[in-house]
Amino acid sequence: MSETIDLAHAPGPRKLQIWRGDLTSGELVEYELETEPGMVVLDAVLEIQRSQAPDLAVRWNCKAAKCGSCSAEVNGRPRLMCKTRLDHLPADQPITVEPMRAFPLIRDLVTDVSWNYRVNKQITPFTPRENLKPGVEVNAKGEFLIDQTDTDRMSEFRKCIECFMCQDVCHVLRDHRLHDRYYGPRFMMRMASLDMHPLDGVDRLDQIADEGGIGLCNITKCCTEVCPEGIHITDNAIIPMKERVVDQRHDPVLKLLHRTPNKGRIKPPPRSETPRL
Amino acid sequence: MPMTTVADPPRPLGSTMRRDRWWIQPVMIVVALTLFGIYAVIRVIINKDYAITAGGAHLESPFFSPDLPGILSFHTSLPWAFLVLWSPLGLRSSCYYYRKSYYRSFFLAPPSCAVAGAARRKYTGETKFPLVLNNLHRIFFYFAAIVIGFLWYDAIRGLFYHGSFGIGIGNLIMFVNVICLSAFTFGCNSWRHIIGGKLNCFSCSTAAQKRHSAWQKVSILNRSHMQWAWISMFTVWFTDVYIWLVSAGVFSDPHHVF
Repeated sequence: MSETIDLAHAPGPRKLQIWRGDLTSGELVEYELETEPGMVVLDAVLEIQRSQAPDLAVRWNCKAAKCGSCSAEVNGRPRLMCKTRLDHLPADQPITVEPMRAFPLIRDLVTDVSWNYRVNKQITPFTPRENLKPGVEVNAKGEFLIDQTDTDRMSEFRKCIECFMCQDVCHVLRDHRLHDRYYGPRFMMRMASLDMHPLDGVDRLDQIADEGGIGLCNITKCCTEVCPEGIHITDNAIIPMKERVVDQRHDPVLKLLHRTPNKGRIKPPPRSETPRL
Repeated sequence: MPMTTVADPPRPLGSTMRRDRWWIQPVMIVVALTLFGIYAVIRVIINKDYAITAGGAHLESPFFSPDLPGILSFHTSLPWAFLVLWSPLGLRSSCYYYRKSYYRSFFLAPPSCAVAGAARRKYTGETKFPLVLNNLHRIFFYFAAIVIGFLWYDAIRGLFYHGSFGIGIGNLIMFVNVICLSAFTFGCNSWRHIIGGKLNCFSCSTAAQKRHSAWQKVSILNRSHMQWAWISMFTVWFTDVYIWLVSAGVFSDPHHVF
């Protein structure tokens, strides 16, 4: 999803069309401003807020692509506004800035992403196995011991800044609105991180397949394409979890051999609710 | 321009605020996969000129390997190659990369990222028949891996002309083809899972450490799975065309026997 860099048109006047409105009504409103080299979309939006539209609602925080607050759709693509340079966008047409489509709009560029936090609460957090080997998996102080090779695979997922752009671009949520049947890529990744943990004692595969709805993902990899942290969400989290579900439910050879994944892990407690948007 | 909200009906197909030519990729994939599919079916139905045997050579088209009529001693004009081709074609049609391609290009679900897909009353993804069968990808992998073994056998056997070592353009084409096919097949996501990805602890035993090492190597191939998918599809087609043309007498295969 790359666009050509148009350095020749970097500074100078640019037009931005920013979504203004709420759940009931709204429209794209055009603003013009003088830009400077190196300016990002968030700079432009904040300048418009400062000089032309003080009531413009926009969520932002770190301006360093680390907090995940300023997610929006720039020229139709989910992006962090603070990481999207104006000179990377075509200079011959206005830049559109809209809120994320997968979540309810609060106002202007701000959406209500609380559904994600409700989904997160449904996932049983890391729970150490009961039979950890002393001196190997846990030391005398009760600290966990894990080999570097085992943490490497999971550390990729820890880069997630929870911008929720992967959730926004996922067509299962965005177009089909199946928020009550699919947790979305961000939480498939969280559950993958827990399921791959060598010291974890909970078997979340049923949740991944049933409430989590991993079968609804048709691996079109849009979540990977938009991830600002470059996490290989599909290849390293969703597909491995799909394969583990195949181990558990679909592989006739493993069924014949009575080989089931996550042997010895306990089932998580019942979930308290089905997260609805 | 109205904004989609939870209460809104699905947006019409192709609706997007993207300005780039997002439709080029799906169109190219539809064209390429359709052409390859038609070629494969027609080629197998034609069922002749699939081996170069002139001058003691033995170069077999990948569409017709293993040579079942030769191995099992039967003669038929029926397209017997389908008895084998189901496994590599099944591997490709249930491959995670190809799934991405055809869900986007043929099913328009969605045609591209942040572009509205074909409106469907009830989206079920891969939870219902027939798409749930994609979960049997690893079964196709097991059989396709056997076919890869036959293709390696064919490539090595092709180096012997009446028992003497020789090498020619046809040999090189066959080796390039089988290398590319192996890179595609053994970079498969299911294989990556089976070889080591399914383990929760890579360091807990010597066997697990070896599987971790194998998993890392498969992961290298897997990173370019899409590229290997297209390259190997092209080399299969090209190898078959070359052998077909030589076998039909259009030109001869330049080679040297030592």
